[in-house]
Amino acid sequence: MSSLAAYTTSSGEAVQFWVLGTVAVIGALCTVFMKKAVHSALCLAGTMIILAVFYLANGAYFLGIVQVIVYTGAIMMLFLFVVMLVGVTAADSLKETIKGQRWMAALCCAGFAILLVAGIGNASLQEFNGLAQANAGGNVEGLAALIFTKYVFAFEITGALLITAAVGAMLLTHRERTERAQTQRELSEQRVRGDQVPPLPAPGVYARHNAVDIAGLLPDGTPSELTVNKTLRSRGQIRDVSGQALSDLKALEQRSQTRLGRDQSEPGRDQSDEEAAK
Amino acid sequence: MNTENMIALLIAAPLLGAVVLLCGGRRLDRTGHWIGTLLAAASFVVGVVLFTDMLGRDAEDRTLSQHLFSWIPVEGFQADVAFQLDQLSMTFVLLITGVGTLIHLYSVGYMEHDERRRRFFGFLNLFLAAMLLLVLADNYLLLYVGWEGVGLASYLLIGFWQHKPSAATAAKKAFLVNRVGDMGLSIAILLMFTTFGTFAFGPVLSASAAGDTSEGKLTAIGLMLLLAACGKSAQVPLQSWLGDAMEGPTPVSALIHAATMVTAGVYLITRSGAIFNAAPDAQLAVVVVGAVTLLFGAIVGCAKDDIKKALAGSTMSQIGYMILATGLGPIGYVFAIMHLVTHGFFKAGLFLGAGSVMHGMNDEVDMRKYGGLRKYMPVTFATFGLGYLAIIGFPGLSGFWSKDKIIEAAFAQGGTEGWILGAVTLLGAALTAYYMTRVMLMTFFGEKRWQPDAEGNAPHPHESPKSMTIPMIVLAFGSVFAGGLFSLNESFAGWLEPVTAFEHGHPPISAGVIMTATITVMVLGIGLAYVQYGRRPVPVTAPRGSLLTRAARRDLLQDDLNHVVLVRGGEHLTRSLVYVDHTLVDGVVNGTAASVGGLSGRLRKLQNGFARSYAVSMFGGAAVLIAATLLMRAV
Amino acid sequence: MNPVNYLYLAAVLFAIGASGVLIRRNAIVVFMCVELMLNACNLSLVAFSRMHGNLDGQILAFFTMVVAAAEVVVGLAIIVTLFRSRHSASVDDASLMKL
Repeated sequence: MSSLAAYTTSSGEAVQFWVLGTVAVIGALCTVFMKKAVHSALCLAGTMIILAVFYLANGAYFLGIVQVIVYTGAIMMLFLFVVMLVGVTAADSLKETIKGQRWMAALCCAGFAILLVAGIGNASLQEFNGLAQANAGGNVEGLAALIFTKYVFAFEITGALLITAAVGAMLLTHRERTERAQTQRELSEQRVRGDQVPPLPAPGVYARHNAVDIAGLLPDGTPSELTVNKTLRSRGQIRDVSGQALSDLKALEQRSQTRLGRDQSEPGRDQSDEEAAK
Repeated sequence: MNTENMIALLIAAPLLGAVVLLCGGRRLDRTGHWIGTLLAAASFVVGVVLFTDMLGRDAEDRTLSQHLFSWIPVEGFQADVAFQLDQLSMTFVLLITGVGTLIHLYSVGYMEHDERRRRFFGFLNLFLAAMLLLVLADNYLLLYVGWEGVGLASYLLIGFWQHKPSAATAAKKAFLVNRVGDMGLSIAILLMFTTFGTFAFGPVLSASAAGDTSEGKLTAIGLMLLLAACGKSAQVPLQSWLGDAMEGPTPVSALIHAATMVTAGVYLITRSGAIFNAAPDAQLAVVVVGAVTLLFGAIVGCAKDDIKKALAGSTMSQIGYMILATGLGPIGYVFAIMHLVTHGFFKAGLFLGAGSVMHGMNDEVDMRKYGGLRKYMPVTFATFGLGYLAIIGFPGLSGFWSKDKIIEAAFAQGGTEGWILGAVTLLGAALTAYYMTRVMLMTFFGEKRWQPDAEGNAPHPHESPKSMTIPMIVLAFGSVFAGGLFSLNESFAGWLEPVTAFEHGHPPISAGVIMTATITVMVLGIGLAYVQYGRRPVPVTAPRGSLLTRAARRDLLQDDLNHVVLVRGGEHLTRSLVYVDHTLVDGVVNGTAASVGGLSGRLRKLQNGFARSYAVSMFGGAAVLIAATLLMRAV
Repeated sequence: MNPVNYLYLAAVLFAIGASGVLIRRNAIVVFMCVELMLNACNLSLVAFSRMHGNLDGQILAFFTMVVAAAEVVVGLAIIVTLFRSRHSASVDDASLMKL
């Protein structure tokens, strides 16, 4: 701990910084430029873990642990949940639609970064104090003493904010039932009146696949979207395999052709293969 | 209990009644009217106790005061809720609570079949409380509170039958016209504060009596107070609400005309006597207003066929007498208050009598459809008759004593002014005799002229129940004896002198001659009325009449005048303002708008609706700000 | 090594996050980039805390985390609601304000 609070950092920390810092920057860039949201989320989680290590290196033990548990553990998982909910396969196209947006964004960000770096360099922060004294009684105890004395009002208010946020989230995602729930009788009457009396067909029927996202084929070979779950339908995540059966057949024929051809040319070898298989 | 602490009880009792009755809800429907009457009576009892206590003190020691709490305690601005009970307030307290209680009692019978009776009694109690606050306040600001309370209560009561559009309009009119007067009072209070630095009665009045203040300021305050009095007491030019106020239930009319509301103006001027004494110009204005109203009301009263409106004209005229008397200064104050008290008795009696007649006649108010009612309503006839004799100044009755004194004081003003005022008051006395005799003859004498109405319901005139006749009898006693009692040994003048100051007027002709003249003009008035309405049958439909009669039927064109001057004037002003607004203001505004619109048409191209695009602008702006900050630090 | 390097790293991460917010259309990824920016700030706060030798910077970072958690909860709820009604999580689709 004392080494962390020294006026210059140890060379070990320097090595750690340069290695992990590079990884963090790459992770951040991947977050921005990955096509799929899941990949972005995973890259971001990696960056955050590296930041947690940096926190620990800077003597912020409590924050480092919290970063791992709360950020990487809870918040990023929440992100992943939502990604699943919204559709995990939906890949973004990175093609820009607004004219000049990408150039402007790049210009602004580059300018901003240069300004920040210039500002930090300008501030001439060559000396620093280290946390030896502040962390003397333990980092967690020091933080607690500050939170419950000097920052107690802010602490209470953030508590209120959290509760408000929780209630707000519930309100937002809660769907008000605008009409009476239909009874079983009404549902059955409705069904009889409609054109679909029996249950909806299951996916994958008459097909070589039985995955839920693949439409079942009708006897004439056309896929029926009715067979796919409504949620997947609304996301547009239906895999069309109507042509696959034919292409598979073609591929089989092709293979058997070649095999037959080979059979004619090299029968002995083929037989020995069969014998080996036996 | 210390008597000084009982002053607040006077107001508290009816106020409690108002709160209980208005908040109590339906469960009080059956008992509410008795609660209201009892609390009014309780206030009267407290008044009597205080009165006997006051009689037991020396004349100098009779002013009681009670400080309830500091209302607005600010440095240099002290407003207290404090009461002052002196002889003047005492007179008013007894009149208000006494007559008020009788009217409560009368209303029990009169409003028997009204399903909103509880609310009616709540409003009546509120009216009493506000009026008592007005006369008991020891500063002008608290008086103003009571003043506004009276305005509110009168609005509620005049419009009590709000389902009738005419009643709702009348209430609104009374309220609006009163607002003009209220503005006068508020300006007067503001002027007082800037002039004297306070608005408590004591310091203000003694300072104005001391003569250190410039006469111009006092005249301004006086004129504003007069405006206030004109509004509440229905004096020209703010008289127009009084006639329409007859739309309210009859007990309300009796309360407004006899005991409360209209007397407030007289009280205000008498209370502020010191200011008017020091401002002769304001005093002259008071006299002129009083004289004009006196004749105005009398002429209107002569032409009305509606019994209540005829009585309303009479009230206006009698209040004119009082205002005139207050304008005469120390020779008149006492007689103004004396006339006010006697008028309170006989006018309340007359209104209650009129209400009794209407009660028996299916709420018919047109006197041309009455006639010969004396046989059907003996008690009403007798009490109404005594009130009639009192108001025309029949020798020996109340009105005679008080009115004769005012006429004497008018002559005693001296010079041409005195002669003119004397002549006006004498003419007023003659007119009073004429129109009251007319009312009397048309209602109680002659042939019966009522017919079945459109639905075939013929009225069956009958005497009213006891709860209505008893108050009328009590008031009739007052009408007969009060004046004599007051004049005995000048007891009333002696009673009020410490508050209002009193001097004997010295008319240029002897008092005996004036009295003879008064009686003569009265007899002339009666005779003329008898010739016109007693000897000949009264036509059921009103004849066309002369130009003056027609004008008087329309309240001497007061509403038309208001319409032409205020409404039309206002409309023209508004139109011209609208024109200016349309051409000038709108031109500038529209021009600006058009140019901004053209500019934004080009600028809006930047707004493409994509959040990301806006975010870039924001981020770029932030970058520019940081750059600026860094540059500034570098420099 | 001077701990100022942490600040430079934070600046770079911040700029990268900002570029992601400006470039990406998927609302979830935009949101992740916002988180990245917040984390960059936290890193600088922790580094400041070490430089000044007191714990106030860490407290501030702690509060930032709490607020970020609240923000994520509400923001993700909004995204889910948006997706339900529009079947899309694209930021550009929510552009009813455009001409």
